[in-house]
Amino acid sequence: MSSNEIVLKAQGLYKVFGPKPDAAIKKIQGGAPRDKIGANNTAAVIDASFEVQRGEIFVVMGLSGSGKSTLIRMLNGLWEPTAGTVDILGDTLTGVSARKLRNIRETRVSMVFQQFALLPHRSVLDNVAYGLEIRKMPRAQRIERARKYISMVGLDGWEDKYPKELSGGMQQRVGLARALAADTDVLLMDEAFSALDPLIRREMQEQLIELQSELDKTIIFITHDLNEAMFIGDRIAVMRDGRIVQIGTPEEILTDPANEYVSQFVQDVDRARVLTASAVMQPPAALMQLPGGPRKALRIMREQQTSACFVVDRHRKLLGAVTDREALSLLRRGEESLTDHLSEAAQTTPDTLLAELFIPAVESVLPLAVVDERGRLQGVVPRVVLLAALGGEHEAGVNAQPIPPALAPSVVEDALSADSGPDVKPVSTASTVQPQEEDN
Amino acid sequence: MEDFRIPVGERASEGVDWVVENLGSLFDWLRSVFVGMYESVNWVLSTPPAIVVIITIVVLGLFARGWTFAVASALGLLLIVGMDQWDNAMNTLALVLVAATIAIVLAIPLGIAAAKVRPVSIVVRPVMDFLQTMPAFVYLIPALLLFRVGVAPGIVATIIFAMAPGVRLTELGIRGVDRETVEAGQAFGATPGRILRQIQLPLALPSIMAGINQVIMLSLSMVVIAGLVGAGGLGGDVITSLNRLDTALGVEAGLSVVILAMLLDRFTSAFGERRGLYAALRKGRPAVGNV
Ligand SMILES: Nc1ncnc2c1ncn2[C@@H]1O[C@H](COP(=O)(O)OP(=O)(O)OP(=O)(O)O)[C@@H](O)[C@H]1O
Ligand SMILES: [Mg+2]
Repeated sequence: MSSNEIVLKAQGLYKVFGPKPDAAIKKIQGGAPRDKIGANNTAAVIDASFEVQRGEIFVVMGLSGSGKSTLIRMLNGLWEPTAGTVDILGDTLTGVSARKLRNIRETRVSMVFQQFALLPHRSVLDNVAYGLEIRKMPRAQRIERARKYISMVGLDGWEDKYPKELSGGMQQRVGLARALAADTDVLLMDEAFSALDPLIRREMQEQLIELQSELDKTIIFITHDLNEAMFIGDRIAVMRDGRIVQIGTPEEILTDPANEYVSQFVQDVDRARVLTASAVMQPPAALMQLPGGPRKALRIMREQQTSACFVVDRHRKLLGAVTDREALSLLRRGEESLTDHLSEAAQTTPDTLLAELFIPAVESVLPLAVVDERGRLQGVVPRVVLLAALGGEHEAGVNAQPIPPALAPSVVEDALSADSGPDVKPVSTASTVQPQEEDN
Repeated sequence: MEDFRIPVGERASEGVDWVVENLGSLFDWLRSVFVGMYESVNWVLSTPPAIVVIITIVVLGLFARGWTFAVASALGLLLIVGMDQWDNAMNTLALVLVAATIAIVLAIPLGIAAAKVRPVSIVVRPVMDFLQTMPAFVYLIPALLLFRVGVAPGIVATIIFAMAPGVRLTELGIRGVDRETVEAGQAFGATPGRILRQIQLPLALPSIMAGINQVIMLSLSMVVIAGLVGAGGLGGDVITSLNRLDTALGVEAGLSVVILAMLLDRFTSAFGERRGLYAALRKGRPAVGNV
């Protein structure tokens, strides 16, 4: 998703089935609801506009009958839109001759189908080579190419079998290989994994993501399964009754639903597999920048009323953590420096899925430290925040009490006054830790 | 009410008369084509000794379905020879082959057109219903007028009568092809012709073969009726036995028709199913559709 080249662009797409499509569109544009546009007229897609960038997996998600299949079939001209245009890399698909349209399909856009749609009387090899055969590639060459893609989807040794001899998952791999072998700029997938068992499905989703990163394909993927959408989508368009109601990244859709419908919809999603540490992390309650000793650490913890303090160097590189009890005993022993007495803080990276944070979170007394690739502290994920995020309430975790509870203030107070040293101001911890701060 | 009479029959008869008068030469030409076709096929079947033809059919049967069928056909054909109906049976077979072939050659393209073009379907369907439900004898009258006594009117009446299931099952088969599979062809940029050849026809094949089977069976029943207009063969003997109330001849001719019918039926359905030695030789290629 690096380059920002727009590969596919849909503008104001409408598809109305029925005797008077144009009149129906006028009514809709005049504000008529979808079910009041005349008998027998069905507005399957209403005013859909979006752009898909090169290398992106763009997911269209919606319930049955929301118009997903209709939309995707307009993107390769299988169905002519009632209004609106589709451009693929500057070629307009709408209103062109049949020959031009076939040409665009050969080179620009291929498709994977829900029920696989393989040719039952052709071997796996000939099925995969089908698109190339249409393109009039010489037989030897297209067989070689087909073999390459069969191997890529992991079907080595099955080349001469017939589709009926393969399991559903394998058949869909053939469908995928057929579409990949055509080597088009865009890959359309209409509920490509919906007919598969959950386990196979997961496997296929992972394989698709892998292939995508390898081949840098632009993929438009249709699904009615939100978890699938969240798992594979770089961006998701949520459809309802023919309209696109929100387009955004999985995290945007989860954390900032455009309306009541979307938020209802995302209620059941498995957040642990969508949200990453960076989406839920918070500024650490107590943070101390070296140099400084146990006295400074205790003071910071007292101010924030927490039981632990993260310690970073001048470049915000995480060095470790110290608890109030440790700091107190260090202070009583008269230690001046913390450097040799820091305990190790459990760490994770900003892109880690929440699902992978549970075990470390349980094993660690302190909140998990989120550090970037250079070891700099980005934020922390306390256990309560982790759990609150799973429940869809990001804010609930913020005011939760630290575990274990902080030492009683009087104990700390006594210790600090007994051993009075130079007064140090605590580092401000109110705002999010910004990595750029290393420059000051 | 007494006087209320719509002269449908009269008009039809006038129409046929007009055609006979004005297009006579066209029908003479058609007649010679049909007779020529019949005579060539009949020559092939009737010239060699019966045993040669029987062996050929048995070997074909072996390829199409296997041993049981081969043995059963041998017995059936020998029975025909034993009843002294061999020459009649071969004449009838020649008639059926010519009429059914022409019917199929007409029916399949018509079925394809009906499947692809809505208006064609709308017109063709009732016409086919009409042709198939009209009592078969009725076709013999205009056929007789247009083509005169002999095999030609028999062939023409048979074609008209037997064509309908061929058209209908071809249309049905093509319409029944999985929509996504056709879309797959389109999505990869295939032309309509290529989709027809590589996707629709192969996938509709079981249905089309069922249509061909029915065309042949209907042809056989009509060819017997065509004995009425002098088409000869087993039909001729059936008509003769009816006129003379000759039970013995009737049973022998009738039994021969039944044996031919079973042979033709099993042969044509075998090609749809791809069984027997033929299938064994092409091992690994599963039949399209029902496996
Ligand atoms: N050929 C057609 N003629 C008339 N109406 C149609 C046609 N195809 C689809 N529709 C209607 O358009 C609407 C959207 O259908 P579409 O197939 O695009 O939905 P979908 O989101 O793909 O649903 P599903 O998840 O069931 O596949 C539905 O109300 C459907 O009944
Ligand atoms: Mg659909």
